[in-house]
Amino acid sequence: MKCVKTTLKGWREIPEGGAITEPGSSVNFDVTAWRTSSPVIDQNKCTKCGMCFLYCPDSAIEIDEAGNYRVNLSYCKGCGICAKGCAPKAIMMVKEGH
Amino acid sequence: MGRRVGISGNYAVAYAVKMADVDMIAAYPITPQTTIVEKLSEFVANGELDASYMNVESEHSAISACVGASLTGARVFTATSSQGLALMHEILFMASALRTPIVMANVNRALSAPLNIWNDHSDAMAQRDAGWIQLWVRSAQEAFDTTVEAFKIAEESRLPVMVNLDGFIVSHMYEPVELPDEEEVKKFIPSRPLENRISTKSAHAVGVVGPPEYYYEMKYQAIDAIEKSRVKIKEIDREFNSRFGKSYGEVEAYGMDGADAALIVMGSIFGSAKEVANSLREEGKKVGVISLRVFRPFPIQELRKAVEGIKAVGVVDRATTPGGVGNPLYNEIATALYDMPDRPAIQGFVAGLGGRDIRQDDFRLMYSATEKAAREGAGRCMYVGLRE
Repeated sequence: MKCVKTTLKGWREIPEGGAITEPGSSVNFDVTAWRTSSPVIDQNKCTKCGMCFLYCPDSAIEIDEAGNYRVNLSYCKGCGICAKGCAPKAIMMVKEGH
Repeated sequence: MGRRVGISGNYAVAYAVKMADVDMIAAYPITPQTTIVEKLSEFVANGELDASYMNVESEHSAISACVGASLTGARVFTATSSQGLALMHEILFMASALRTPIVMANVNRALSAPLNIWNDHSDAMAQRDAGWIQLWVRSAQEAFDTTVEAFKIAEESRLPVMVNLDGFIVSHMYEPVELPDEEEVKKFIPSRPLENRISTKSAHAVGVVGPPEYYYEMKYQAIDAIEKSRVKIKEIDREFNSRFGKSYGEVEAYGMDGADAALIVMGSIFGSAKEVANSLREEGKKVGVISLRVFRPFPIQELRKAVEGIKAVGVVDRATTPGGVGNPLYNEIATALYDMPDRPAIQGFVAGLGGRDIRQDDFRLMYSATEKAAREGAGRCMYVGLRE
């Protein structure tokens, strides 16, 4: 799933009191700018145990058609929980901009 | 037909809340507010008012419960004083930004220390930037009428309203009060479900995080709302007048014909200020008095109109801004008049802190210092009645 970045609404368009009136609106929120490092999965080491998928607090780990685990960087804030929880150490946190 | 009863200012508030047919009351006792929620508990227990009466464990909880209940579309009320209002501080900002039309009576009392249960305005002034509409009353009758108006102002502006009444001086003074028919009040403020509120029928999240991309816009909504409330306050006061034959305005000017100097006051001291102005007029002094009933939104235009042609105003603050430029009311007035052509000299006074009586001699001194300011320009703030 690709994060569809919404245009930021002006104060007149935001629902009164900043209420969120639709469910699941966090899919429209891109957190790329929060991240200082991102997870890189070594598919050769990955055993597809799915721990990263379960641990990720932002559901940024997705499974592609081939059954491989991928990181959707639009939702990854770079916390590194996936790398910590990865038993075969297949996930490396790599500094952004390197 | 209405009826005329002898009740205290606090009971007048309680009667207004009962007639407003509130859905929920959050109650926590504090002097001198307690008799408001006490009377309301009686109304609920007697079956005269069908409302949920919540005994909470603190004022922080009282206002939090009101925010939550109000978000469901309920009409809610709470009352507090002094330390209680201070304890509500952080939630007050949420109530305004979440646009909850809560009505709260604040029975003005000094803030500790030293511990003091008596009247001054330091409690409300410390909350002046919380985004609440602030109304100030001067008698039990006004306490009733203003509380009724407050529900309509709150719901039409979608903002919380604080009705301020002076501790003991208004809250515990028994006065004749005209109570209209309950049905008439209900016609004036019909209960209606508020749209865009949380319910089991729609997914709706409130109180969400407002990151830097959104906080500013969300905050501005409440700023815009309080600006727009100026018109509503005027319209609602006019409508109140057409239904109940009483109107208060945002600013009341007394004895201002040909006046050179005027005192500007808030709350119950308006009565004493008028009394002394009358005596001084008999002595040939050209003095008048202006009282503000609305402090937030600050009635800039109405104030400017009231001081037109006046050479000096004396601002009576019943709260202080230690280490500041002036004191709360002085600062507002000085700012409001700053770019007015031929603005009057502005003399600041502090008086009546912690329930200290402001006596006739004190008023005479303030009037004469304001007249002096008209001739020679304003001096430094005077601490009236302070022992050396």
